[in-house]
This record gives sequence, C-alpha cells and structure tokens, in this order.
Amino acid sequence: MMHGTMHLSIGQEASPVGVCMALNLEDQITSTHRGHGHCIAKGADPVRMVAELLGKENGYCGGRGGSMHIADVETGNLGANGIVGGGIPIAVGAALSSQLMKKGTVVISFFGDGAMNEGAFHEAANLASIWKLPVVFICENNGYGMSSSTELAFNLEKLSDRGLGYGIPGITLDGNDVSAVYEATEAAVKRAKSGEGPTLLEFVTYRWKGHSRSDKNLYRTKEEIDEWKTKDPILHFEHVVVERGLLTEADIAQQHRLATEQVIAAVNEAMKGKPADPAGLLDAVFKKVSA
Amino acid sequence: MSDRKLTMSEALREAMSIALDERPEVFILGEDIGIYGGAFGVTGDLYHRYGKERIRDTPISELGIVGTAVGAGLSGMRPIVEIQFSDFTAQAMDQIVNQAAKIHFMVGGGLHVPLVLRTASGSGTGAAAQHSQSLEGWFANVPGLKVVIPSSPYEAKGLLLSAIDDPNPVIFLEHKLLYKVAGSEDVPEGAYRIPLGVSRVVREGKDLTVVATGIMVTRVLAAAAELDKEGINITLIDPRTISPLDMEPVYASLAKTGRLMVVQEAPEHGGFINEVIARVVTGPSLGHLIAPVTRLAGMNVPIPYAPQLEKAAVPQVEDIIKQAREVVVNWR
Ligand SMILES: Cc1ncc(C[n+]2csc(CCOP(=O)(O)OP(=O)(O)O)c2C)c(N)n1
Ligand SMILES: [Mg+2]
Repeated sequence: MMHGTMHLSIGQEASPVGVCMALNLEDQITSTHRGHGHCIAKGADPVRMVAELLGKENGYCGGRGGSMHIADVETGNLGANGIVGGGIPIAVGAALSSQLMKKGTVVISFFGDGAMNEGAFHEAANLASIWKLPVVFICENNGYGMSSSTELAFNLEKLSDRGLGYGIPGITLDGNDVSAVYEATEAAVKRAKSGEGPTLLEFVTYRWKGHSRSDKNLYRTKEEIDEWKTKDPILHFEHVVVERGLLTEADIAQQHRLATEQVIAAVNEAMKGKPADPAGLLDAVFKKVSA
Repeated sequence: MSDRKLTMSEALREAMSIALDERPEVFILGEDIGIYGGAFGVTGDLYHRYGKERIRDTPISELGIVGTAVGAGLSGMRPIVEIQFSDFTAQAMDQIVNQAAKIHFMVGGGLHVPLVLRTASGSGTGAAAQHSQSLEGWFANVPGLKVVIPSSPYEAKGLLLSAIDDPNPVIFLEHKLLYKVAGSEDVPEGAYRIPLGVSRVVREGKDLTVVATGIMVTRVLAAAAELDKEGINITLIDPRTISPLDMEPVYASLAKTGRLMVVQEAPEHGGFINEVIARVVTGPSLGHLIAPVTRLAGMNVPIPYAPQLEKAAVPQVEDIIKQAREVVVNWR
C-alpha cells in the first residue's frame, strides 16, 4: 500500500513523547528520517500524516514528500529530513531567529547517534554554543546507525561527552524512561530560554525494527532485540503508573483501545483522499513572488 | 561460453573482487558496506571474503570518507568509495570538487588521485527528493573528474574495472532500478575492460539517432522495439562516459539519419544532454540535420514521492515513443 521506504521508531517512543511534553506549541523541532514519533508527539493530525504516506493531495506535503519529509508548520515541526544530520544546523538557525526576534521560544534538534559523526553536527554545535542560542540537541542513541553500532562508530562511552569540546553541557539518560526524558528536557529548555545556551541530551534507547524496509538485521542478534523488548518504554511507563496507583489496568487497556481506534480511523479517512495530481508539479517548485 | 546472466549488483561485485585480487592497493570504504553488504547489496559478501581492513565500514561521515580516500589515493592506495545515494555526495562536495578533481592540476602533475566513487543514482523507488537525484551534470561540469554511467551488467563490470585502473578520480553513477535486473548479455567470468571515453552504438536504425545513458538506455530500447513495428527505426548511442565524451559515433550516425533526440532523467535545465546538442549544432553534424533537434528530460522539479508524481517527473517509455515518433513523422 505504501510507496518507498520508511523508518519506524517502535521501541523509541519515550523520547519524542517526553521531549514534546516539555514544549509549547510555539516551540519548534527539527526531525529526522525516523520522524513519525516526533511528528505525532508535536501534535500532528494523524489523518494528514497517513494521507502523506499514501501520496494523497491532502497529505502534509501534498504527496510530494512522503515519510521522510513530513513537516507541520502549525505545530512547529520544521520537518523530517532524508539527510542524516541535515536538520541540526537548521535547528540552530531557527534558534538564531528566535534569539534575534526575541520570540522566547526554544528549538529542539532531534537526531540519531549516527548523525553525530557528520560534520554538520560539529559545526552547528559550535555556533549554537558561542552564540548561546536557545536550542536543545537531542541525540536518540538507539545503538546503531543502520548497521554501524556505536561501538564501531565512536571511541566514546557516552556520546554526550561530545558536548565538552564545544562548551555545551552533555547528559546521558535512560531514553526509555519517559519521566526522565521529560524532566531533563524541561531543565534544558528552561536553560535555553533563559539565554544560557544549548544542552546536549543523549537518550539511550533501541530500535526494535530493521533500519528500513530492506534491513535483514545481520549485524545484531535476536537475543539482543528480545532483551531490549523487555525494556519497552510504554510497558515501563504503564508499570510505573499502575504501581503508583495513578491508573488502573482497565484504564490502560482503554487507552490502548483508543489509540488503536484513532489509528484505524486515520487510515480509513486518509484513504478517501484524492491522489496527488501530477498537473500541479511545476507549481510547487518556487514560492510565488508576490507583486 | 556458458550462460552468465548477472544483475548489475553482481557484475559490479565481480569487478571489485577482480580488482581486489589483482591489486593489493585496492580497498573499499563506505557506510554499511561490511556485514550489511551495502545499502543496495552491491558489496554483498566481499566483507567475508576480504576482511574488514579492505572492506572498510565507516561512520556516517561522507566528507571524511571521500577526503580520506583522496589522501589514501594520492599516497599509493587505490580506494573505491561507496556513497549510498548520489544525493549524499553533496556532503562530500569539497573533497570531490575542490580537492580530488584539482590536485593533479594544481600541483603541476606531481600528485594524482586514483579514486573511484561509486554511488546510486536516479528515481523510481519512492525515496523522494533527497534520495533520487541524477546529478551527473554537476560532475561533468568539473574539469578533472571522469563521469561514468553504466547501462547494463556487462557494461558495468567492464567500465568499473577501467575506472579502477584509471589514475584519476572517477565518479561512477549506478541507477538504482538497474541493480537487481539481470542483463540480456552474458557477463564473462574473468576480467575484461571497456575503455572510458568510448561511446557505444547499442542498435542501429535509419530514421533517428537517440543519445541516452543509464536507465534511459533500457527505456529507449523498449521504445525502439515498439517503433520498429511502425517502421520507425532508431539508432541508439550510449556514451557510457559523459566526461570525457566521445561524439564521433553520434556524428557518424547523424550523417545517416539526419535526426537527433537526446534523453535524460535529470532535469532538463543545465543538463548533460544540452552538451550533446551543443556539440552537434556547433560541430560537423549541423549540415546533416533534416529535423529540429529534440530533447526529452526530467521536469525541472525535485523528485516527488507519490508514485504517480514520480513517474510524471521523468521520461517513461511512452514519452520516448511519442516524441521520437513525432520528430520522424513530422520531418519526413
Ligand atoms: C548524509 C546521509 N548519509 C547517509 C544516509 C543513509 N542513512 C539514512 S539513515 C542512516 C542511519 C542513521 O543513523 P542514526 O543517525 O543513528 O539514526 P537512526 O536511523 O538510528 O534513527 C543512514 C546511514 C543519509 N540518509 N544521509
Ligand atoms: Mg541510531
């Protein structure tokens, strides 16, 4: 049903959810190729999201972008990105706008562990630091950049130590603990908004599924995957709230039902959309110059 | 010889394996080329056969990868770089354009950079604007780079071996849609080389000369088979290397057909096909033309995602048939 490739963030839900809980609508994010979670957590309309995946005219990008390029300007999502590391300098630029225009907002730059080895990360981190920009760098360390494990791609225990070289505080946390993610982000956002500059947060997590559709998982073991499945961030959260008496098992079952219904409804609604029309292709290349 | 129909991935892997056997200074570096076997499976089992020193997995650092290869190349090694998608050469452009391409010239000949940069090019997989471009025109516009575009498994193997032999940086653009397709010609098992800078006459016909590369060779062949039924016969010329560009077979063909059509997937504006036209109309063939030159290229748009949009953005077989028929019928 779906054209092209896509990158799922199953197993990594705590980061987008915990981070976006600490944001206002006006705060912005830049996202990645693995961006479905960021998009939903920042408040996107699931119908328009699915419509985009199906190549419909009413999709977020009018069927032109697909999974890897969804942006939702209204909720402050400046876009997923097909280029690893491509969004990091853009987040820094958006933070510069915020500073220059005194918006009082923060920009979150989401990226993976792999992206930290692109030059873009290093140049962007330095600029953000010397200008004390209101940006928070969020590294979602899921252990791999495609098939490259962090052990192979880094000679570092904690990727957050990379902040040191740029004068940016770096913190490594359990990225499957949504409360820890939320609290750390809230503190970093406060710091950014008060003019003290960027923070680098590393959330350690794991991707359950293959990198993309074509992945045969040759570079990791089934045992490793199964082990991480026991650390599911959603299960973990449910466990905590039930234990503390905040929700009952029945409440949780109800939430699961609601979420499933919402997704099914979104897919059904999106399927009714009009397929994107090739006749409009050329119109979309440049923004019209107003007279 | 026994039947050897390989896919382009297999043919490319064979070429690299031969080069790895022939020359100890050959090694391959790139992202996910080891255990993963390459984003498109081209390096496949080479990691298991040649080990991690020579089939060298890298972090996601295109600028670093190409720069390291430039340095290794000018100091005795013979690197083959794999960049997963040609779009990501943009990350490495300084090393490709300002370093690799110019070092031999700038230093007055004392250094040279034997380097092959293999990368996946083109649209048709639903990967959208940042994973689908045809950027050959960029590279062809940089003196010091050779640019190769194989159109079949047989061609790919012979051209890659020549590219590896070449003492200069060579950009080797592989169309994604060709990787998994078995060719119609047998691929000999051992080494053979197809020289860079020699165009190939793929088929001959009396009515129209078509120049095309890569996946467009496949599409023009399909179109030509249809047009044969209508009595319209096409000559197809595949330059194989667009830089350097061998125009002699085009001139020779135009002396017979008098009609020229050029086809490319890349956007029309500023594209390589315009160079072919320029050489024809400023060169020896002008007097042979009996019809206006016609070109068929990608629209001047980023490659879109939805399948119907993606198809509309680049030439398809039907588009080629229609435009070729028009120029022949209207200019009898
Ligand atoms: C510049 C660039 N290089 C390579 C790729 C191919 N690629 C896409 S995602 C990916 C892995 C990214 O790893 P990471 O940043 O850790 O993110 P994850 O996929 O783990 O979420 C690679 C190599 C790309 N899209 N862009
Ligand atoms: Mg990762």
